[in-house]
Amino acid sequence: MAKFPVIFHLNGAETAVFVDGGQNLLDVLRRSVGDLSPKYGCGQGTCGTCTVLIDGSPYLACITLAQAVKGKQVETAAGLSSGADLHPLQIAFIENFAAQCGYCTPGMLMAARALLDSNPRPTRDEVIEAISGNLCRCTGYDPIIAAIIEASTRMRGAYLN
Amino acid sequence: MITVETFDSVAAANSALDHRSRYFGGGTLIMRDINYGDQSFDRIVRSNDPALQRIEIRQNSVVIGAGVTMSAVISHRDLAFLAPVARAVGGPAIRNMATIGGNLFAPSPYGDFAAALLALDAEIKYASGNSENMERFFSSRTLTPAQIVVSVQFKIPQRNAFRFKKVTRIKPKGVSIMSIAVVLPRRAGRIHNARIAFGTMGKTPLRAKEAEKALENSMLDQASIASAANVVANELQPQDDALASAWYRNEVARVHLQRLLKER
Repeated sequence: MAKFPVIFHLNGAETAVFVDGGQNLLDVLRRSVGDLSPKYGCGQGTCGTCTVLIDGSPYLACITLAQAVKGKQVETAAGLSSGADLHPLQIAFIENFAAQCGYCTPGMLMAARALLDSNPRPTRDEVIEAISGNLCRCTGYDPIIAAIIEASTRMRGAYLN
Repeated sequence: MITVETFDSVAAANSALDHRSRYFGGGTLIMRDINYGDQSFDRIVRSNDPALQRIEIRQNSVVIGAGVTMSAVISHRDLAFLAPVARAVGGPAIRNMATIGGNLFAPSPYGDFAAALLALDAEIKYASGNSENMERFFSSRTLTPAQIVVSVQFKIPQRNAFRFKKVTRIKPKGVSIMSIAVVLPRRAGRIHNARIAFGTMGKTPLRAKEAEKALENSMLDQASIASAANVVANELQPQDDALASAWYRNEVARVHLQRLLKER
């Protein structure tokens, strides 16, 4: 069966892969590219742990047709840190104990990243709305919400400094 | 193995459909089927036709392309009355993907937007140019339609005449126990030709016509609201699922309808 060439940018780096017809983006990222940061949870767009950004907006990689990302900018949790320097969201997640088993964390981070990119000063309700498509069975959500609000404060502080 | 065919025009995509193919809009339904090994189709047909992405506001009506996403509805300033409906669909990532056309085919307990379109008396336009109203569409809905839905069109309701409520157990977001959309047009201050539609209270969204009649010519006072609530369960056909029993859904339908009608 024919495979299709797809060229896109993954965390800023040009990436070329051959994909199968109905293959989803998550499968391509994990198996073909080797970026294991987005997780496979439900495979039906319910849990949100495969959340990635496509051209800056959140999408669910498990139900995104891989062929459809041709020419687009894809960002995953693996691209958040810069070498050893963690993203403010990652630091806030650690300091607020916002990850327990950690399985939802990459999706939570990317959903939060999408929020803070468009709304640097979110209210608690806006944070809750932003992660409403991401399930966490460990934390009860409060530490995650606190971490995102704290990261927004840090990021605004860094900008002002 | 799935074959994907992408066409520049919706007419060409329409011609390419057969019984082993599925038309691919936002992908939230079809990719799930592929991931779970659905063997009933082996071709995906897509279209990049810009007409599918268009939102056209006319003098008294609006045309929304079938490929318009929930996010696009939310951010369109002239569709503010529909933003709460679009916002009720999934989380932000789903709303970037889920389309108006796709929602028409979402099986219960999904399809909240389709319930709103039923209340708005929307007309569905197919690639052939034929049109169909929502009730007729739902009476013969199939996952493998012979034609691609291109757009939906409806009259913009009078100011404050449209109301919507999605009932869930999980806050802020969860799957529907039911969704209710009502359009309450007034003539000389009295309700005239009200439309009440329920999502998740049958295999497809459906209207509560007896309750609509109970509101006719009323001032939307306590008595008329109570009459509508008393008869609303007569036409609902809820089903048991993991979230709620059919019995429970029928019992609470009248309560939620009353609350929605009493909103100011």
